[in-house]
Amino acid sequence: MAYDSIVLIKQVPDTANVTAEAMKEDGTVNRGALPAIFNPEDLHALEAALEVKERFGGTVTAVTMGPPKAGDVLRDCLFRGADRAILLTDRRAAGSDTLATSYILSQAVKTIGRYDFVFAGRQAIDGDTAQVGPQCAEKLGIPQITYLEKVVRLEGDTVRIRRNIGHGWEVVEAKLPVLATVVETANVPRPKAARRLMRTKHARATVEIELAVRNEMPDADDATRQAEVKRRAEALRQRGLLIEQWGLDEIGADPTRCGLAGSPTKVHRIQAIVLKKEGHSQVPATEEGVRGMIYELVVDRTLG
Amino acid sequence: MIEPNRKGEVWVFAEQEDGSLNEVSLELCGKARELADRLDVSVGAVLPGAGIGHLADQLIAHGADNVYVADHEQLGHYQTGPYAEVLCQLIERRCPQIVVFGATPLGRDLAPRVASQMRAGLTADCTDLEIADVTDPKTKTEHKNLLLQIRPAFGGNIIATIVNYDWWPQMATVREGVMAMQPADPSRGGKIFEEEVRLDGAQAALKLVERHVEPRKVNLKGARVIVAGGGGVGTKENFRLLYDLAGAIGGAVGASRAAVDSGLIGKEHQVGQTGTTVRPALYIAVGISGAIQHRAGMEESAKIVAINTDPDAPIFSVAHYGIVGDFRQIIPIMIKAIKERAKE
Repeated sequence: MAYDSIVLIKQVPDTANVTAEAMKEDGTVNRGALPAIFNPEDLHALEAALEVKERFGGTVTAVTMGPPKAGDVLRDCLFRGADRAILLTDRRAAGSDTLATSYILSQAVKTIGRYDFVFAGRQAIDGDTAQVGPQCAEKLGIPQITYLEKVVRLEGDTVRIRRNIGHGWEVVEAKLPVLATVVETANVPRPKAARRLMRTKHARATVEIELAVRNEMPDADDATRQAEVKRRAEALRQRGLLIEQWGLDEIGADPTRCGLAGSPTKVHRIQAIVLKKEGHSQVPATEEGVRGMIYELVVDRTLG
Repeated sequence: MIEPNRKGEVWVFAEQEDGSLNEVSLELCGKARELADRLDVSVGAVLPGAGIGHLADQLIAHGADNVYVADHEQLGHYQTGPYAEVLCQLIERRCPQIVVFGATPLGRDLAPRVASQMRAGLTADCTDLEIADVTDPKTKTEHKNLLLQIRPAFGGNIIATIVNYDWWPQMATVREGVMAMQPADPSRGGKIFEEEVRLDGAQAALKLVERHVEPRKVNLKGARVIVAGGGGVGTKENFRLLYDLAGAIGGAVGASRAAVDSGLIGKEHQVGQTGTTVRPALYIAVGISGAIQHRAGMEESAKIVAINTDPDAPIFSVAHYGIVGDFRQIIPIMIKAIKERAKE
């Protein structure tokens, strides 16, 4: 029996190298100012899906929500073995918190229609919330199995999964479909395959083609540009290299449940912390001495 | 979501496993007490499980006024579906204004499912919670007495304060070990409510096949700041100062082997070769002499502050800041200075 998997992935800023300059006034993140990478645990989610496909047959569809640049992680999925890639991009989705994000992703999953598994990384390194997976499962009305370490058994419409519960593990059994969030100990993600890379490296979503055309034809009028975008998109489609691109309308999402409007949580304040090492000092055991030390720890951002 | 209910209680999800409460739930009872006193409302604890009614007294002793017990055979082993259903039913029935969970693997599995079903806001992994008035910068509306949900984000590079104006209840998960557990007061009074819950089996979608658990550990590895005490702390009562400091900074409490061996604190707090190896952004060693076994477990910390009365204590050799003096005087100054800084 073959199984169809959907993998939810996210392009994230490399949080190992964040500066205060990367934050916008309103407290949201200026992702453009940071190197963007494939969220590490999502690579393990992709691998889990590819392993199911390898053992039992079926398909793997990668879905990401993000700006046009997120096309990069979709191509990465194609290089590693995904069959299909979908970019969810819509300005009205900007500023979504986990509740709005999970609503949008669940609408996309419903639009895809048939699936046995939804895999997602346990959490993304920019927010570390681990909330989008469970919230998506709730919106889809399917069981969630968090912290997947291993698919122990898969037979017919029943799966057994070992999950890491922090101070131990448990094996649970569920009827498909299920949503599983995957931890990094689950597997070793395969590298990009050279042959697939050669075949799919030119895959693009329409919004990426639009950006390229705008850069390459700065003086052309809108109609000319649009015609060129259409031509290139069609050429890619014929070669099977057009990355599907959906906005809120394509997935039947209610705009009031998306973006800032659909997000209950608001960022009230942001304080930056940047760590750096320095020398040693002896602090006098006086109020003045201790206050001086706290001051230094605040200034060097050890304390928020 | 439920409408903002400013008379609503402050709720703690009481996490239990195999009939014993997770410490974080008791820590949260204390924090909820503080928030509820500020709001002039009661503290409620929601206790789902099978045959767990006897745990209610502990929750009351640690600060709960009302314990809502959902005792049902389907709640014996934790499973997302039935537990989420119970929480949602009780939230709808009693309209709390705040619901907090421990940020344990279980709490982080359950809370988002509940938040999604309730369409309420949820903030993960808070290290502090406060009550304050907040003005919405867009609409200029002032919201009285909101829950400030304070958490590190962006890989610990920033501290974010999150609020939720009106998609209530205001929900948060809170890191283990960062809130000081208040001492149990067995004389505290409280009410216990046996709650009816409707579970038709449809929620229990999973079958537990096999399970293997080890004794719990305090999450020292995930802590950005650790305040650790040694034998020099002397008494359990003195350890409370360390909890207060950790609470003020948003850190966890660690300990040396000497402190654990003399019964001042549980072994799960132990840092060092035989305990947990840690590398937080800031490690504050209080009354720790700094035996090599302990230093091996913490010397990779980005910043180390050592407080000890003995100027020759080896801990000073790895410290960035050394203070020779009595921590009972120094820690209160630190807390005061930190709190003043935070207000600026």
